[in-house]
Amino acid sequence: MNHQRRQVLKGAGAAGAVGVAMAAGLLRPTAVYAAPWNQAGFEARSLADVLKSINGAGAAESGQITVKAPDIAENGAVVPVEVISAIPGTESIAIVGEKNNLPLIAQFDLMNGAEGFVSTRIKLGSTSNVRAVVKAGGKMYTAAKEVKVTIGGCGG
Amino acid sequence: MSSIKIRASMTGDSAEVKCLMNHPMETGLRKDAKTGQLVPAHFIKSVVATVGGNTVLDAQWGGGISRNPYLAFKVKGAKKGDKVVVSWEDNQGAKETSEATIG
Repeated sequence: MNHQRRQVLKGAGAAGAVGVAMAAGLLRPTAVYAAPWNQAGFEARSLADVLKSINGAGAAESGQITVKAPDIAENGAVVPVEVISAIPGTESIAIVGEKNNLPLIAQFDLMNGAEGFVSTRIKLGSTSNVRAVVKAGGKMYTAAKEVKVTIGGCGG
Repeated sequence: MSSIKIRASMTGDSAEVKCLMNHPMETGLRKDAKTGQLVPAHFIKSVVATVGGNTVLDAQWGGGISRNPYLAFKVKGAKKGDKVVVSWEDNQGAKETSEATIG
């Protein structure tokens, strides 16, 4: 049974490689509509791999990004998060729960007048930084806010 | 099945669009309390929004978005009466689309 589990994991790794190729633009379809799902990023378990998948590894800390979230979340299953980027030309906003089993939560590509603003509700498994990674004018920026979680929302 | 609830209204020169979707958003990592088995992953993977026919938001999601997802965004240059269309697709291939008018 364990052996089978290994094989499943290996299979996921191979699929991940395709995702990386996609992220690198090798397999990207020409249409802007519905970007290919970042499989490598969404299946990555480590923060480093997630940041790599969204090109956020060398992102500069920016005071122009505001991550609004509660200081303390009683229920980690529903944590309201709002990201506001005042950086001109904000093209995309990614939200990362740094200590989640699967840290990459969402990536929003914004265009045609969409402002540097998204608001949603996320799950946090434990007390963690909620990190926003913003792409603006082809450059990467980041900011984070710590949320203390009393009851985790990512498992059983 | 479920439909997406959309509310879109002008604040100054931009429109704020708020959406509520019905979805279990299972990560695939959660164990069923009774059976001890993993609950299979079932979550919205992609959300696309258009305003006045132009794509304004193209989102990719994982299971880390809370169940029955909430999403809000703002669009500059939108006008009262513009049509807003929001659609999602999940990892099992289900799709849902709704539209509203900016009020």
